[in-house]
Amino acid sequence: MKRVFPILAVLTGALLSYALYEALVAAPTEQTMGSVQRIFYYHVPSAWTAFILFFINFFASIVYLIWRANKADIVALVTAEVGVVFCTVVLVTGPIWARPVWGIWWTWDLRLTLTLVLWLIYVSYLVLRRFSSSGQTPLLAAVLAVFGALDVPLVYFSIWFFRTQHPQPVIGGGGSIDPRMLHVLLINWLAFSCFAALVCWFRYRLEVMRRDMDETLALEALLEPHASSTRTSPTGSAG
Amino acid sequence: MPAAVIVTDLVKQFGRFAALRGVTAEFAPTRLYAILGDNGAGKTTLLRALAGLMPPTRGTISMLGTTNLRSVCGQLGYMAHPSLLYDEMSGMENLRYFARLYDVNNADQRCADVIRAVKLDPSLARPVGQYSQGMRQRMSLARALLNDPKILLLDEPFSNVDVRSAREMVSLLAGLRDSGKTIFVVTHQASLLEGAADEFVWMEAGQIVNRTPGLHATSEAR
Amino acid sequence: MSTVASLTRATLAKDLRLEWRSKDAINSMLFFSLLVVVIFSFSFDPTAEESRQIAGGLVWVAFLFAAVVALNQTWAREMRNQVLDAYRVSPAPPNALFLAKVVGNFIFVTVLQALMTPLFIVFYNLRALGPAYQLPIVAALGTWALVVNGTFFAAMSLRTRSREIMLPLLLFPISIPALLAMVEATGAILTGEFSARFWIVLLAAYDVVFTIASLFLFGFVLQAE
Repeated sequence: MKRVFPILAVLTGALLSYALYEALVAAPTEQTMGSVQRIFYYHVPSAWTAFILFFINFFASIVYLIWRANKADIVALVTAEVGVVFCTVVLVTGPIWARPVWGIWWTWDLRLTLTLVLWLIYVSYLVLRRFSSSGQTPLLAAVLAVFGALDVPLVYFSIWFFRTQHPQPVIGGGGSIDPRMLHVLLINWLAFSCFAALVCWFRYRLEVMRRDMDETLALEALLEPHASSTRTSPTGSAG
Repeated sequence: MPAAVIVTDLVKQFGRFAALRGVTAEFAPTRLYAILGDNGAGKTTLLRALAGLMPPTRGTISMLGTTNLRSVCGQLGYMAHPSLLYDEMSGMENLRYFARLYDVNNADQRCADVIRAVKLDPSLARPVGQYSQGMRQRMSLARALLNDPKILLLDEPFSNVDVRSAREMVSLLAGLRDSGKTIFVVTHQASLLEGAADEFVWMEAGQIVNRTPGLHATSEAR
Repeated sequence: MSTVASLTRATLAKDLRLEWRSKDAINSMLFFSLLVVVIFSFSFDPTAEESRQIAGGLVWVAFLFAAVVALNQTWAREMRNQVLDAYRVSPAPPNALFLAKVVGNFIFVTVLQALMTPLFIVFYNLRALGPAYQLPIVAALGTWALVVNGTFFAAMSLRTRSREIMLPLLLFPISIPALLAMVEATGAILTGEFSARFWIVLLAAYDVVFTIASLFLFGFVLQAE
């Protein structure tokens, strides 16, 4: 395992560099939008990557609810954090793209709105994780993740219908995509996925180490009756 | 006689604070156990774990022959320092509601009986929030007795209670023990239970450090 | 199942009786709702034409604020004196408690809406150009959507710091599709320009999904320390 990580890191670095070159230099310039359109190669793959990460989070949460596996909880935490980051990228690149091209900062199109709602749900997920007492965090977070996942199809349909009632400009335009552009898009997606996997893996190992350390300290506190362990005694349980 | 409660290597940790550090003990039925110790010794944590309110970090609890605490919770009575009663309702109204939680038969009669058993008046319409501390503790005990539990878990039932009420509660508990119940009382006031307790269980820093027989145990051949 | 139904009824009756006796929560909330309507009316002063189009949004945001205040005190009485422990220790099914609280909140919020709606109609000269009979349906489905998740998240917030802010923080993102549906449906009915049918169906689907999810998962939340 230890050897795979640096190899993956190097591979990801190479892939990202290649993808960058493809996106900024090699890809054909779009007719109407010009070079600004190239942000598309960051906007769309980030969205796909975020959605995949949240999907994994949903599965990990279900696994936790059924089997109470600690590892599942860590996977859920990690994918949520990295997913929020990629979501943010989508939400930032969207307006940057939209403003020069369509003259508006924001539009309630399907992808952007769905991303915004997911971002909100998962930020609230992360806040819940931070604000709940440590014993209950995995359980409450898993429950919230299930609620969020159930919400997603409902969000999708509500926005879809909203847009048919109130037509909005679509970022990215409709119509078919040039095969060369599709090629660059997929390369960027692959690069982003590898990068996401790398970061998740790193964060996962970090969290495992942190929890191991906590457990060791807890065990020490267990064996030493009057040691100077930091007391985090809960409300109402003195004695 | 099979043990009523068996605790095996019970550990409860809150982050880095270990409230229980491996408690192992057997408790026989039809006994009154007084659990004593300083603040922070783990008495309340142990009681809450027995009540099923606090899943342990490690270890097992076997109650009335099963480790599935949820299945026997109908035979448990629990009382803590907060009254576990609604301040805005009268004693009878409170108990009538809690009787539904336990699906008690003949609820009204049972509620009245149990209130009388703790020497209170069932027809008192005053809301519980206006009771004196002694009355409130007694009403809380009445609530714990509603379902005629086999095991009673009482956490500091005599705190802030006047001496006469406390003595009355103790004799009531002794009577309940004699009728076949197993009673655990966490308290700071060991003297109150001197005549009634079968055993004193001393806790310190999350472990049971000593178990001494009470006067009641030595006064009867067991 | 009969125990769940009868226990739900008993718990609901108890809650309503207690609320009727103290009346402090309902009184302050009624006044708060009134304030919300007045503030909104000062802030948004459109013509009659425009008001029909935006009334949906205005009204439901106002209802949402009032609902959050009501939801935040859902478990207040159970937290005092640790009554919730008495429930957790008993063999009573958690879902009975949950359903009773949801229905109680539903009644509560509906009462608030009954106060706020006439005021909105007056301040904005509202008149429904579409099928007005659909409005109570939208109101009922929408309120249930807010209240079922709100009660659930209120229970989750009990185990967190900053309880009062945690509830809306969790509730608002998840409620977005329902809010959109409520606002659009109300707007459609008032302006008469679109059919609200899709939104009503979406609200109903939302209610079904989250009621089932809440019933399924409430036990976990209640038994959490």
